[in-house]
Formats: sequence, structure tokens, C-alpha cells
Amino acid sequence: MNRTLRKYFPLFLMPTFIAFLIGFVVPFALGLYLSFCKFTTVSDAIPIGIRNYTQIFSDATFIHSLWYTALFTIAAVVSINVIAFTIALLLTRQIRGTNIFRTVFFMPNLIGGIVLGYIWQLIFNGILLYFDRTLTYSATYGFFGLLILLNWQQIGYMMIIYIAGIGNIPPDVIEAAKIDGATNRQILFRVTIPMVMPSVTISVFLTLTNSFKLFDQNLALTAGEPSSKSEMLALNIFNTFYGRTGAEGIGQAKAVIFFLIVAVIALLQLYLTRRKEVQA
Amino acid sequence: MDKKHAKGRFLTLLFSIISVLYVLPVVIILLNSFKKKAYISKTPFQLPTGKMFVGLENYTSGIEKTQFFSSLFWSVFITVGAVAVIILCTSMCAWYIIRSNSVFCRALYLLFVFSMIVPFQMVMFTLSKTADLLKLNTPWGIIIIYLGFGAGLAVFMFSGFVKGVPVEIEEAALIDGCSPIGTFFRIVLPILKPTCISVAILETMWIFNDYLLPYLVLDIRKYKTIPIAIQYLRGGYGSIDMGAMMAMLVLSIIPIIIFYLSLQKHIIKGVVAGAVKG
Amino acid sequence: MQKTKRIVAYLLLLCTVSMLCVGCAKTDDSSSSGSTQARVYYLNFKPEQAEDWEQLAAKYTEQTGVEVSVVTAASDTYESTLKSEIAKTDAPTLFQVNGPVGLKSWKDYCYDLSGTSLYANLKSDDFALKGEGGEVLSIAYVIETYGIIYNKELLSRYIETDAAVISSAEEINNFDTLKAVAEDIQSKKDELDIEGAFTSAGMDSSSDWRFKTHLANLPVYYEYQDEGIDSSEAIKGTYLENYKNIWDLYINNSTVEPSLLSSKTGEDAASEFALGEAVFYQNGTWAYNDITGYEVDDEDIGILPIYIGVEGEEEQGLCTGSENYWCVNKNSSQEDIEATLQFLDWVITSEEGKTALSQDMGFVTPFSTFTDEYVADNPLLKAANDYIAQGKKPVAWTFTTMPSEQWKDGVGSALLEYAQGTGEWSAVEDAFVGGWAREYQAANGG
Repeated sequence: MNRTLRKYFPLFLMPTFIAFLIGFVVPFALGLYLSFCKFTTVSDAIPIGIRNYTQIFSDATFIHSLWYTALFTIAAVVSINVIAFTIALLLTRQIRGTNIFRTVFFMPNLIGGIVLGYIWQLIFNGILLYFDRTLTYSATYGFFGLLILLNWQQIGYMMIIYIAGIGNIPPDVIEAAKIDGATNRQILFRVTIPMVMPSVTISVFLTLTNSFKLFDQNLALTAGEPSSKSEMLALNIFNTFYGRTGAEGIGQAKAVIFFLIVAVIALLQLYLTRRKEVQA
Repeated sequence: MDKKHAKGRFLTLLFSIISVLYVLPVVIILLNSFKKKAYISKTPFQLPTGKMFVGLENYTSGIEKTQFFSSLFWSVFITVGAVAVIILCTSMCAWYIIRSNSVFCRALYLLFVFSMIVPFQMVMFTLSKTADLLKLNTPWGIIIIYLGFGAGLAVFMFSGFVKGVPVEIEEAALIDGCSPIGTFFRIVLPILKPTCISVAILETMWIFNDYLLPYLVLDIRKYKTIPIAIQYLRGGYGSIDMGAMMAMLVLSIIPIIIFYLSLQKHIIKGVVAGAVKG
Repeated sequence: MQKTKRIVAYLLLLCTVSMLCVGCAKTDDSSSSGSTQARVYYLNFKPEQAEDWEQLAAKYTEQTGVEVSVVTAASDTYESTLKSEIAKTDAPTLFQVNGPVGLKSWKDYCYDLSGTSLYANLKSDDFALKGEGGEVLSIAYVIETYGIIYNKELLSRYIETDAAVISSAEEINNFDTLKAVAEDIQSKKDELDIEGAFTSAGMDSSSDWRFKTHLANLPVYYEYQDEGIDSSEAIKGTYLENYKNIWDLYINNSTVEPSLLSSKTGEDAASEFALGEAVFYQNGTWAYNDITGYEVDDEDIGILPIYIGVEGEEEQGLCTGSENYWCVNKNSSQEDIEATLQFLDWVITSEEGKTALSQDMGFVTPFSTFTDEYVADNPLLKAANDYIAQGKKPVAWTFTTMPSEQWKDGVGSALLEYAQGTGEWSAVEDAFVGGWAREYQAANGG
């Protein structure tokens, strides 16, 4: 089979391969190289060693956005998954109207980040008006605003994954536990949660990367105001890159750091939860 | 038994209330889109009655300012085109990678998986430069960019599925004189149908709503997608016309809701299948 | 089997269609670039006139067949849009800088305009920015004036109240009087049926430039006057106390609570003035189109100089200058440069162009082609001319020498935090003085 197949290499592999080169491999390699250069455009790059990287850590806005993003990610991952799992658990109890609820909860997930940001900006500013405040009054408001927005958007998606996970538990396992005299709480923690661990892995992975890489929602909701204090990493990088002439190299170096953090988190998380799955 | 019923009814009621709250933000935007612009940020939670009501004025001014229908057309064009190309090309690519199983293919596969975790900011400048150099700054060209940048996830999902397809059927077809092309389109692709749907849905959700990539790559004088048009409403006019903004938000949600309600079952199934594969 | 066949057929169809589209695109592309059709691409900075420019461009295309496209990016997004757009092959052929400091970043992209009709028609070299070798890199196209716009009708209604501080508007010629009047109006706002003395000092990006840039011009201007300089690498902040006083006056006698300022927009302030809810509104001649046609009649629109409490300010006039300079992109193709210069020539010499600039956009231009019949019908401009006729000394726009956009952002953020009560005034002082030195270093140090 292999030999006949090889002749068809250009047809099967080439289109994707070429697009992949253009759309990913070349830009990635070039980006890595440029992070060690001073440049305003690709052709005028001068290698300057690691100077871009040393400058990053004296940039207070970057450090701030790093912590802000980390804190936000933790809050978002926990809240989204806990709420989504709870809803999934309740919706699988065969109550009336489950399908309608599922439809409603999933809907916001299809709306784009820019649109979501402006929808919630109006709502939050409207509510805060009663307290003589606005969303950009302080970064704390921006933080919780973005958190509510992201919960609203992503709970439905994660809920669907959890519902599928719970549906895959064979009913006789739970029956058996009941016969053995397990309480509801014991069933939840000893049977249900370990059995849906694959869904947990996926949901945590998705919420983790989504909230860490958040850009559109951040841009539309607060645009980093006030004083760049509600600026997350992705937006900070964009602003460094396009905000000031001469800072392109620093922006690119920040992007490399950003990429490394995302990669480490993703690998670590997959490793940890995969190990848990095996144990369970 | 009675107790259980009561509990079920309570949950239904509870979820009904939550559901209403859940759609409320969209309803509020809808109501505000009929309000005179000066009243929107001052009284966002009041009904557009009396002197606040302006009818469709916000819609007409918004459509004119953003050229909404042209943006809608390009958004749909890019999404449909890119998704079709992604499905066709990456399914072929994934099948080839798994079946040929050469060192090159295995390395390529790893590279595809690797690309999934790279954030867009890492390549935003170099990608837009490359795209510009190759004249891919049109809605046709950007499809190639999407194929390249979105290939990782699609190849990964297709590969996962192809691995589970027994190779014997394909070998039988090949022995019967069927070319690899015939084998792929007559036998493999039909089996991959559920994965195609999953990939299509995930990629659609991404591409239709994507802002930064088309903003940096496209020639924004001629082609604006919906997210770009909405953001331009803020950036391009200094003072924000809240009326037009509300109307455009509503108009940009409508196609999504139609798409969702008509394909709801497939979407939810597709998301589940896609997630489980991941 | 029937079903799968249909799906395959459907996919193939989609694929063919998209391939065809790619094909079409390619032929389309080659035809447009092959025939070397010259084009003009203007990246506009002034959102107030965005639609007027689009109409003017369409008119030119209709007459000459040359494609002119206009994209507008407002203040806070202009630099980033210009950066991402100029990196493209189809880069803007015509863009703007805001003055000498803005020019520094973009001088390598500027075509020498010295031999052009644009420069030949320029009234004075004061309106051109030149490079080290004397080449004309950038030319101002609009001269603007700002101050405190006020509602004459509301002010005279105030003067009729009991124990009014003044008996005529002319008496407001220094900061103390302005302060006394504003505070008295604020305390009588219910009697006067208004929301506040000043419109909201919004710090949303559509409005914050009125304070972090335009208002900040005054302390910088007076310091330059004292030192006898016209730019500086380190500001001392001699007049920061005055800056604080006027800012306090704005935020404490306003239509809104200071805690709401962060998301108040430029449109909010304009509509407050236009609907007669506030007496004073700091803005410039360009704001006329936003405030006319509502509740305030044109003859009731007046403008006062911004008094900040400097000695001798009774003789101070309005702030006049330009932060809108045209540059032609030197890296564009020769045809596109020619087309752009022809377009600009048409804009300042043709009937349509002159009418559009002076009447629709309401610009006062520094070009000699704009004879008397092309004077904008704008009460703010008339008032500005009156001040000059009275011999008041105009305040120059020194904010074109502010070290960077980041400096302005820093001052703006500190102003907002101070207004909200989440920050101290010392943060403004640091952003103003310390920030100036830091940003100057960053922008010029390498």
C-alpha cells in the first residue's frame, strides 16, 4: 500500500503542507529569530542578542499583566468548570426541558469576543451607574467583568462536555454503589467525578488556554483601561508591538515568553491530569 | 416518588429562571437598539418608549457607517471557503500521514500538534508580513492562511479518527483496482463524516468570530469582516455612536442564532465528539 | 450510501467553487496590478470629518477615475493602525503626523514635498516641518483653535440671578473669576435648570485628549515662555499647581460625579453642551459640527480662553496651532506618489475641494488658495478671529513637542485616578515631570 500511496504525495499532503509552511512554520521561525533583533520591518532586522529579553523584565506593565492574567486564568478555570459541572450534573437528572436549557446555555459560545465585549460593557456600565461607578473605574471591576463575561460564554461549552462524560458512566456502576450503601455524596466523589476525569482534562485544558490567550474580549470590554491595569498578556504584547516605534523587538520577545508559558502550562496540565486518569 | 417529582419541578423552575437571565443580555441589547443614542448609556435598562424610541434609525445609520452587508458577505465567504478547504485538505493530509507512517510524516504530525498550542501573538507580525509578501491579503488569500494556521487542530482530530478505521477495507479496495484517490473519496471520507462535522463546527466558530488575524492580514480598505466592522465603529469615529453600535451588535448576532438553531443538534454533537477526541 | 455520496458531492462542489474563486481572484489581481492603475490611500486622523473625506474622495474618483480610499483611525488607534498598515504592500500613500515629535518616528517614510503645489501654495513656512537638509517632510493642512466654549444664553440667564458674581461675560478674563462664576453656577444649577457648569470631563479615549494633551498644553506653554525655549528634554512643572486648579474646577463643577469619568465619551460631553445641560465645554473649532443644530443657537455659542491663573493672563488669547500634518509615503510607487500629489493639489485648488474643506469640514487652512469666500461658517472661528483683532496673544500648541504618546497616556491615567479618588495628585506630577524625562530618553536615547 505504501508504495502506491507515495506517488500521491503531492495531492494528499502538498496543499496542507504548503499552507502550513506559509501560515505557521515560516512565521514561527522568523518570529523566533526576530525576537533577538532590533527591527521595524523584516528586512531591516539587526541581531542584538538577548537585549530584548532583558528589557522585558524591567517593563512594569508586562509584569503586571502577567500576574493579572495568571490570577484571571485561575479564577476562570475554577469558576467555569465548577459551575458547568454542577449544571451538567443537574441537567442529567432527566428533568423537564433539559434540551431547551442546554440550547440556551450553549448559545453565547457562538458569539464572537468583540461582540460579547460590547454587549457586556453596556450591561456592566448600566449596573455600575447606580453606584456612581463605571467599568473602567478600577482594574478590579474589569477583572470581575471579564470573569462574568467569560463564564457566560464558556459554561455552555464545558457543560456539554460534562454531560457527555456523565452520560458515558454505565448506570450499573452507580446502581452497584447504591446497593453497597454509598451515600449520594460518596457516589459523587468516589464514582462520578473519577469516571468523568477525561472530560475534566479536556475542559480544564480548554478553559486554561482560552482564558490565558484571551484577547478580543479584553480589547472590547475595557481595552486595558484604566492605566493598562486590566490589560492581559495578549493585549499587552499587541500594544507593545504596534504602540511604539522601536519596540517591535521587545514585543516579539514578549510573544516568545508568552508562547513558552502557554506551552509549559499545557504540557504540565496534560501530564498531571492524564496521570490522575490512570490512577482512577 | 412524590418528593422526587417536587424536586424535578423545582429544578425545572430554577433552570427556567436562569435561562431567562442567560438570554437577558442579548434582549437588553435588542431593546437598546431601538433607543435614541443619547439615552442608551444613561438608561440602558429602560424600555425604548415614548421619546426614547427611534424605530429603525440606528439600523439604517449603522448599516451605512459600517457597510454591514458587505462585511457580512465577506465574513460568510471567508468562513465557508476556509472551512471547506480545511476539511478537504486536512482530512486528506491526515489520512496520508497515518497510512504512510514514514519518518517525515511522523515528524510533520508532531509539528502539527505543536502548532496547536502556539498563541497567535507569537506569529502575528511575521504572519501578516508573509501574507502581505505573497499577496494573500484578499478574502481568497486569507483562506490559505487559515488552512495553514488552523491545520494543527484539524489534522490532529482527523488523525485520531483515521487511526481507528480498520485498514483492511482500504487495502481490499486498492487490490480491487481502486486508486488511492478513489479509495479516499469513496471509502475513507464517508467514514470520516462525523469528524468532518466536528472540525467544521469548531473551525467555523473560530474563523467567523476571529478579529486580529483578518485585521492584520486583510486589505481593510476593501474587506472588513463583521468583528472588524464593529471595532472600526469605535476606533474610526472617535465619538462612539452607541445607537449604531447596538444595532450592529444585534445584526451580527442574528446570523449566528439562525445558524445555531437550524443546526443545533449537529453542533452539540460535533462539539462533544471534537472534545472527546482532543 | 446515497447519503454519503451526497456529502461527497457537496464537499467537492464547495471545493470547486472556492478554487474557482481563487482563480478569479488571481486574474482579477493581475489585471489591476498589471495595468499600473495609480491609486491614493489616505489614512485620516480626524474622525469628525471621516464621512466628508469619504465623500470628497468619491467625487474625485468620479471626475478622474483615480481610486482614492480613505480609512480613518482616531487618536488612540492611529499609531497602531499606521504601523500595521504601512507594513503592507498596499500601504497608505498619504498619512498624518501630529507634529515634530510624531514626525521623528516616520521621517524615513516622508517624501520631500518642496517641489509640490501643496508647498507652493502654503502661506508660511511656519506650517511646514522640515528635515535636517531643509527638505519639506510634512505640511499642516488645518489650523485649529480651542478654548472654553460657552453657552451665551445660559450665561446671561445666570447673570440675571441674585448676587451673580459678574455682570457681563467680558469680566471673565482670569482664572479667579472663571472659578467664582463656575462655582456659583454649579450651586445654582437647579435654578438655572442645567446639570452642571462644565460638561463631563470624560476620560474615555474619545475625549481624554482634551485634558491630557490640550489642557496640558497651557502649563507647558507658560514654562517654555519663562525659559524662552520651544521644546525641552526635561520639563520642570513650574505651572503644575495651575494645572491642578483648573482640573479641580472641571471635575468638581461638572454634570457628572468624578467617579463616572472613566467611561464618559467625547460624544457625551458634546451632547451635554448641545442640549443646554452645561454652560462651559472645553473644546475647539472642530467641535462646531457636533454641537450645532440642537438646543443651542449658533449666535449663543461663544468661546473663552482657558485661564489657569498665570500672571498677566488677562491678555491671553485662545490656543491656536495644528497637529494635523500631511506626509506622502516615499516608499509608494512613483505613480501612486504622483496620483497622491495630484489629489492633494485638487483638494486645495479645485472648487469642490475648497468648498468641502472649508464648508463641510469647517477647516481654516494655511493655503493661499483659500480666498475670502472660502471662510468657514463657524461662530467659533469668528470668535477666534475677534480675539486676535483685539490684540490678545494666542497660545501656541506646544503639545506637538510632548515626548511621546505614552507620556500623554501616563498623564491621562494619573489625572483620571486623581479625579476618581483612587490616586494622588503626586502621581500626576510624577507622570508629568518624571514621565517627560523617561519618555524623552526612551524616544531619543536609542
